[in-house]
Amino acid sequence: MPVDPSLVGREFPAPAPLTVTRERVGAFAAAVGHPGGRDDVPPTFPIVLAFDAMMAFLDAEQIDLHRIVHGEQRFAYERPIAVGDELTARLTVTGLRQIGGADIIGTASEITDATGAVVCTGKATLVHSGATS
Amino acid sequence: MNAGDVLEPKTFTVTRADLVAYADASGDQNPIHQDEDVARSVGLPGVIAHGMYTLALVGRAVAEWTDGAEVVDLGAKFTSPVVVPAEGGADVVVAGTVKSVADGLATLALEVTCDGQKVLGMPKAVVRA
Repeated sequence: MPVDPSLVGREFPAPAPLTVTRERVGAFAAAVGHPGGRDDVPPTFPIVLAFDAMMAFLDAEQIDLHRIVHGEQRFAYERPIAVGDELTARLTVTGLRQIGGADIIGTASEITDATGAVVCTGKATLVHSGATS
Repeated sequence: MNAGDVLEPKTFTVTRADLVAYADASGDQNPIHQDEDVARSVGLPGVIAHGMYTLALVGRAVAEWTDGAEVVDLGAKFTSPVVVPAEGGADVVVAGTVKSVADGLATLALEVTCDGQKVLGMPKAVVRA
C-alpha cells in the first residue's frame, strides 16, 4: 500500500528525550569499534534519536519496519554531542515519491538540547517496499 | 592535513554478531539485519548490515585518521547493500584522501567498498582541521 501523500510536511517527535550517558555512549562506541574514551561520542550516535523519531512516524502510519531500507543519511553538526546532554528529536516528512512500486520517503530530523539549541540535523531517505503478495 | 594527502585505507570485518550488538546499541531492530528469511522476503540477497553501521565505520576511520577531530558533516547514500554471511564476515574497506582544507575545515574524499564494489554513494566527511 502506498504511503499517504498528505504526510509531506507532517512532524513526528521522538517519544521521549534521551539523556546521553557514559553507558549509552560506551555501548554504542563498542558496537561500532569507535576509538577514544567513554566521553568520546561517535558522530553517528544521534541516529539513536533520529531512529526513535522515525519509529514514531512508522508506528503512526502503520508502516512495517522490515519493509524499510535506509537509502541515505546525512548529518550536519552544530557542536559535538557530549555526555550529559539531554537531546530531543523532531522528524519532518520532507518528500514522497514512488519509483517502481517503492515509496521513497524524505525526512529531516532536528536534534535539540535541553536549552532548545540545535545540536545536529539529520536528513534521511527511507525506501519503503509495499507488500508483494 | 593537507589537500592531496592519501589516508591509509582501513579494513573492518562485519559479522552477524556485530549487527546484533549494533541493533541493541542503536535501537534499530529491523529484522532485515538479523534474519535471513525476512531479508529475502523483501527482496534482499540476504542479511545486510545497517547502512548506519557502515557509516559508523566511516566515522571510525575518520576518527583514526584525524586523531578524533570534530566532525562537522557526515553522510552517504546507501547505494549497494553490505551482505553479511552467517559464517565469517564481510570486509568493508574505507579509503580516503584529503580533498581540500579551507577556513579551518578539511573535506575528505572517501571510497567505501565491499568485495571491490562501492557500497556508499557520495560519501562525505568534513572535520575541523
